[in-house]
Parts: sequence; structure tokens; C-alpha cells
Amino acid sequence: MDMQRREVLRKSSGVSLLTLLAAAGWLAPGEALAQAAWNKAAFDTKSMDETIKALGGSGPAQSKDITFVQTPDIAENGAVVPIGVASAIPKTEAIAILVEKNPNMLVAIFEIPAGTEPAISTRMKMGQSSNVYALVKADGKFYVATKEIKITLGGCGG
Amino acid sequence: MADPMRIRANVTGDTTEVRVLMSHEMETGQRKDAAGKVIPAWHIQNVTAAHNGKTVLTAQWGPAVSKNPFLSFKFKGGAKGDKIQFAWVDNRGDKRTDEALIA
Repeated sequence: MDMQRREVLRKSSGVSLLTLLAAAGWLAPGEALAQAAWNKAAFDTKSMDETIKALGGSGPAQSKDITFVQTPDIAENGAVVPIGVASAIPKTEAIAILVEKNPNMLVAIFEIPAGTEPAISTRMKMGQSSNVYALVKADGKFYVATKEIKITLGGCGG
Repeated sequence: MADPMRIRANVTGDTTEVRVLMSHEMETGQRKDAAGKVIPAWHIQNVTAAHNGKTVLTAQWGPAVSKNPFLSFKFKGGAKGDKIQFAWVDNRGDKRTDEALIA
């Protein structure tokens, strides 16, 4: 918000009021929310193919170069399941995590700029025992690895 | 907004490891309250991490990231005393930025 306001003030000569308001995000609250866009379509999908399409790709290839790091086979508490993904595929641009049996499959997308290691650790919720997919986008193509995680207590609050 | 993020960054050789613990409910929108009404989804949507102003990670999160999100990653470069900054925006438009120095 601060950066937008500064830019608006800088550019304010000769610009219409509407444009100013739009730039400041007051007319379009949706735009003001995120500095980067939030891919709503990708987070609403129910299948891996739909998710990949929403991310701009198709048909992921199974890859042994994607590994799950410090990710349990059985998790006691589905609300907090540790998940780590590392990709050895060159030019990895993004890593996404999907849980097959969650209400919506896509958990998170991480965009990896050059200089950052293509490996991420976080914690996620799983509603029930399920396959977990680690999707990697590298050089414009999609790759995937699968791991089954069993849950003792489901994580969506049901 | 809530508690500050706890950021830890350590450099070993030419790689900096960053760990952050954020404070956020990450409500899925699946739960119902005692009256049976759905508790609306409330979760971080975008996360940005920067080292000395240069972005080293961006992420888009859905509600399935656990409450009080934890995140860990590594990047090349970084020296003791450099600044690591995290910023997040959630689906209500709330945001938070915190920073720490590499140890």
C-alpha cells in the first residue's frame, strides 16, 4: 500500500482522479490485496490436471529427481504435517505441493528465483491419508513425484 | 497484526539457510462454529522473502498451509549482518513485514 501511494503521488500531475484512485487500489480492492497475483483458479481445482492447467502447463512427467525431504510416512496430526521437497531438475522455477484428498488439491506454490536452492520445507494440513504430489516446473515443463502420507488424526477440523 | 514473525538466518560457506515461523490462523473455511455457521477462510495468500532487497523466494499459499506457518529454504550468497525481510498478504488484505539479520 505504501509503495503504491508513493508512486501515485509521484505521478499525480496531469492524471485523472479516477486513474489515481484505481492506482491507489481504492476503486479495485481486489488489486490492492496482492503484490503478486494470487492464482485463485489453481487453488480452486479438484484434480492435478486442472491444477497444472491453471498453472499454465500440461501432463507432468514422473521424475526421480524430485525428493521428499524429512516428510513422514505416517503423521500423527493431520493439521501439521511436515513436508519438504527438493528438486534436482535443472532450471527449476517453481515447486508446488498438492494433496490428492484435500477439499482443494493445491496447498502452495513456491517460485524459485535464480540463486535460491530448489528445496522447500513447510507444514501443511491433510484431511485424511492421501497421496501427496510434489510438482516441479522446470524450464517451462512440469514434473511430479508422489508420496503417500497416512494420517492418524485428520487436519481440516472435521 | 498478530505477533512478529520469527526469522532465523544462518550462513554456512556460500549458502544462507532461512527459517521463519509466522503467526496466522490460516483458517481453511471448512470449519463450522458452535452455531453451525461456516468460519470463513482466512489465510496468507502471498509471501515474499528478500535478501538485501533482492527477492529470494515468493510463494502463493492456500488455506492448507498449517496454522502459524513454518517455512525453510536456502539461497546462495548472503553474509553475516545482511538483511532478510519477509512480507505476507492475506486474503483479507492484511499484511505484515518483518526482518532480521543473517547470523
